[in-house]
Amino acid sequence: MADITFNAIRKSYGRTEVIHGIDAEIADGEFIVIVGPSGCGKSTLLRMVAGLETITSGEVHIGDRVVNALEPRERDIAMVFQNYALYPHMSVFDNMAYGLKIANVPKPEIAERVAEAARMLELEPYLERKPRQLSGGQRQRVAMGRAIVRKPAVFLFDEPLSNLDAKLRVQMRLEIKALQRKLGVTALYVTHDQVEAMTLADRMIVMNAGVCEQIGAPLDVYADPATLFVAGFIGSPPMNVISHDIRPGHGALAPGAVIGVRPEHIDLVEPGTGLIDFDVGFCEPLGAETLVHGVTAAGDKLVVRIDGETRPPADGVKTGLSIDPSKIMMFDPSGHRTSA
Amino acid sequence: MQKRVVFNNRLLPYLLLAPQILVTLVFFFWPAGQAIYQSAFIPDPFGLKTQFVGLDNFRFLFSDPYYLASFKTTVIFSSLVTLVSMGAALWLAVMADRVIKGSSAYKSLLVWPYAVAPAVAGVLWLFMFNPNVGLVAWYLGVLGYDWNHVLNDNEAMGLVVAASAWRQISYNFLFFLAGLQAIPKSVIEAAAIDGATFARRFWTIVFPLLSPTTFFLLVVNIVYAFFETFGVIHTITLGGPQQATTILVYKVFSDGFVGQDLGSSAAQSVVLLFVVGVLTVVQFRYVERKVHY
Repeated sequence: MADITFNAIRKSYGRTEVIHGIDAEIADGEFIVIVGPSGCGKSTLLRMVAGLETITSGEVHIGDRVVNALEPRERDIAMVFQNYALYPHMSVFDNMAYGLKIANVPKPEIAERVAEAARMLELEPYLERKPRQLSGGQRQRVAMGRAIVRKPAVFLFDEPLSNLDAKLRVQMRLEIKALQRKLGVTALYVTHDQVEAMTLADRMIVMNAGVCEQIGAPLDVYADPATLFVAGFIGSPPMNVISHDIRPGHGALAPGAVIGVRPEHIDLVEPGTGLIDFDVGFCEPLGAETLVHGVTAAGDKLVVRIDGETRPPADGVKTGLSIDPSKIMMFDPSGHRTSA
Repeated sequence: MQKRVVFNNRLLPYLLLAPQILVTLVFFFWPAGQAIYQSAFIPDPFGLKTQFVGLDNFRFLFSDPYYLASFKTTVIFSSLVTLVSMGAALWLAVMADRVIKGSSAYKSLLVWPYAVAPAVAGVLWLFMFNPNVGLVAWYLGVLGYDWNHVLNDNEAMGLVVAASAWRQISYNFLFFLAGLQAIPKSVIEAAAIDGATFARRFWTIVFPLLSPTTFFLLVVNIVYAFFETFGVIHTITLGGPQQATTILVYKVFSDGFVGQDLGSSAAQSVVLLFVVGVLTVVQFRYVERKVHY
């Protein structure tokens, strides 16, 4: 078990810099999710921690060691890959035992540790099978098992759930979280799925275009996004972006500046009584909630989240919008938050 | 949906197959039939009459120490050619797979020798090792080693093996490289994280995953060493010294066209036909159906 420190990490391929200096401190036993859109450099960052990519500049510390120059096998880590990367010619048992055999762990202990991991992951009936005889979910478990048996200081997950179907993904998500809690091992988890990030993370690192936009606990990041990008990326549907100042008693916004409001912080009221009038376009009833899409009188497209039991307005109806002023967030032209 | 193509015209499928069937009939079945037929006869010394002898040609063959020696030579020769060409090709492929800069240049250069015809390859190596004018032979002389493959049978064997294997390395290299690139990178990375060194990864992960390619090449190389190295042997050693490099195929030629013993030559062809049959069965049984991951 170990803490991890990123110290101004940069990565360049030739002259193209893809990661522009990441700083972070990860406590021992913490579950950190690195989340961002594809191509933001999150996988590259993880692979630099694993030792599969060189670090152009900056330092990665695992525990009290700088690991920049260490081989993957010297870093005391285990990794779960997106495509699981199981050894296709080995049985489930051998897949899990491979790292232990290399580490010259005595045979009885290997058997014991693999059996324990198999029990934990409900893989006991499949130990003799080859990976191709397993379902996607089972392969995923084997990949997890292979990571667990080695008792590493750090778990690395590279989008481990993205090859599973939706139902299995939710189930495995819970299992991964439970497992990490039980083992208490520091975990770095990369995903593009903000729901996975929200549900798994103790803290998350939101990345965009090679830059770390914000680090924080999921609910803090959701409630208090540092940038417009974070506000749009975390939360579904994303935060509404309004380019006209709708607050009473304010003039026009500075050029390029915008207002952000979460869909659940807007209420539908009688036309003329709210901050601004609103034309309902259409509604998406989702059961527990209904999303109302439409356009404000000033021309901004908005989504409003209303309770699922409230009768949704008919398409094309005119209403007013009421917004709690304390929930309004301001962003400057560069996308940074300027006020609450 | 029907996956097979259905022809409305009954004649058309036969017509479309006809050229291939014709080629096979004329260039394979006819000569093979001739060989089987002739293996039951011996011609007189002037080739004017032939006499039916039944299986005597075969009986004679298998009691002929020279023929049995040629079997042994063939086994040694093809094992060495297969081992050397596959070993070298695998090593080169693993190295080429690791190269990042200018990899396509290396790959193209490594494939070139395959374009050289066997006889030409033989002549190339002969020039280098000719005891009188060969460059390599001369340097070996400088180093105090008296190279003369015309007199020394081990040296002769070494030279034909080298020339034959050299040409086949390119072919094997291509397949091994393709096989290596088909192995998912993440599997190798997972092994690296599991603690395996490069050598360990190679023997426990890469080599087993290459086994379908290796089995395929094994058969192809044995067939090559058996049947396609005639040109190399003919140009370098003429099967000598003292039949030290006379493999079965070369003996068919030298007994038939040099020794004028057409009956025995035909009988040897039939034996080879049988060997080809066995190799084909092996290929289909074990190679085509070999586990693919």
